[in-house]
Amino acid sequence: MLFERTFLLSALITALCLVLGFPIAHLLATLPLRYSNLLMILVLLPFWTSLLVRTTAWMAILQGQGVLNNALVALGVVGEGGRVALMYNQAGTVIAMTHILLPFMVLPLYSVMRTIKPTYVRAARSLGASSWTAFRRVYLPQTLPGVGAGALLCFILAVGYYITPALVGGASGQLISNLIAFHMQNSLNWSLAAALAAMLLAAVLLLYWLYDRLVGIDNMKLG
Amino acid sequence: MALPVYATPLERLWRWVYIAICALVFLFLIAPIIIIIPLSFNAEPYFTFTPRMLRLDPDGYSLRWYDTLLTMGMSNPEAPRGAAWWADSWRNAAWVNAAKNSIIIGFFATILATSLGTLAALGLSRPDMPYRRAIMAILISPMIVPIIITATGLFFFYSMTGLANSYVGIILAHATLGIPFVIITVTATLVGLDQSLNRAALSLGASPTTTFFKVTMPLIMPGVISGALFAFVTSFDEVVVVLFVAAHDQQTIPRQMWNGIREQISPAILAVATILVVISIALLTVLELLRRRSERLRGMSPG
Repeated sequence: MLFERTFLLSALITALCLVLGFPIAHLLATLPLRYSNLLMILVLLPFWTSLLVRTTAWMAILQGQGVLNNALVALGVVGEGGRVALMYNQAGTVIAMTHILLPFMVLPLYSVMRTIKPTYVRAARSLGASSWTAFRRVYLPQTLPGVGAGALLCFILAVGYYITPALVGGASGQLISNLIAFHMQNSLNWSLAAALAAMLLAAVLLLYWLYDRLVGIDNMKLG
Repeated sequence: MALPVYATPLERLWRWVYIAICALVFLFLIAPIIIIIPLSFNAEPYFTFTPRMLRLDPDGYSLRWYDTLLTMGMSNPEAPRGAAWWADSWRNAAWVNAAKNSIIIGFFATILATSLGTLAALGLSRPDMPYRRAIMAILISPMIVPIIITATGLFFFYSMTGLANSYVGIILAHATLGIPFVIITVTATLVGLDQSLNRAALSLGASPTTTFFKVTMPLIMPGVISGALFAFVTSFDEVVVVLFVAAHDQQTIPRQMWNGIREQISPAILAVATILVVISIALLTVLELLRRRSERLRGMSPG
């Protein structure tokens, strides 16, 4: 079912964003401001770049004759016949959307991690905790508000994504938004489109309410 | 951030692995944006690096795709390049017309979104505002609600009200999408605003209007401008609403890109993409300068 696939893929993309975003948010938050402001540009530039530009870039990289496959062939990792299908399937949707949503994970994580004082971890270490224990028992719990804010935001945005899956998703990488657009523009089954849109809207509003309760809209930060 | 002297060898190793992971993630973030820039100078109609490009042979690079942006759709692209040629390009070239439309729509949508968003933020930041939270949630919702739902709703609404296929319809829709960004950025500057400055101005005999324009406005200006930039970028990058409510001849840059990607994909798209990346770098620079100015105005220490 398409709703199920949309939620599964969104959860996967959110998890990937968290895994990729956590280390760099931590690095940005612990470096001196002089350096972290410079590195922050690498997060903000994709954030500011047009969605279509980023999707096009991924098409140039991922397609069968694209940059990545050519590099793999040139390095001898895969043969000329074994080019990997990275686009027009779920892999394309997941890779491109993870890239596009990653800044939405990094920015809330970063703003929470900036406020965590390094003295807590130092205190834990001096009381005999190993660095792993100090991270897990002292640092990680303090980052949870940021993790929650980033993950919810990523998930909400991913569930309603249209452009990227339509361009790089092929048949298996389509999400619920693409079906709504299909019924609006091609099959002209407007009642079905409206019904699907209403269901999606209900799901998103529920998540939005949750976000407001847990994070508070006033705390949303942009760059 | 440096490792303490008592770090174990394992911790030192982990430190390097950690830095390597971060470098890879940064590469993942930035590489796709950088890679399209050389590709847009491809001399061949391919979406990938040709062997000649990899050898850095000047013949492998050309400006032909940038030229295509000017000539595509012209009535007589082969004419000698004089004033008549440029006039032809300005009138007929598909991408030039798309750019004109995008800028007109973006300009008016930004003005509308910025003025309405700033007013909303000012009202919402007053402590005596009733139902603050609920109103805020509703005003921010265009950012959260999937664009396809907004577009579907607008399509039905505009068909009933006669706004479909009009510039006014697109501008209103884009303004709605831009307002949340303005509210968020202006609210952020208002939080740090010292209310005693306003009271001081009022007690010295300034009228509320004078106080607003002479005291409040200059202080929240960085937030207003960055909100306006966000609103403009949102409009400049918006394709779904345009696809749903605009007439066939109302092309914008993103819509033209969308059609290009779906029909015949050529490096001309990458040339447009490169121009857009350069624009975003310029906007990001403006924002960074604004941020510094705002910090200076508030007497915060620079980083």
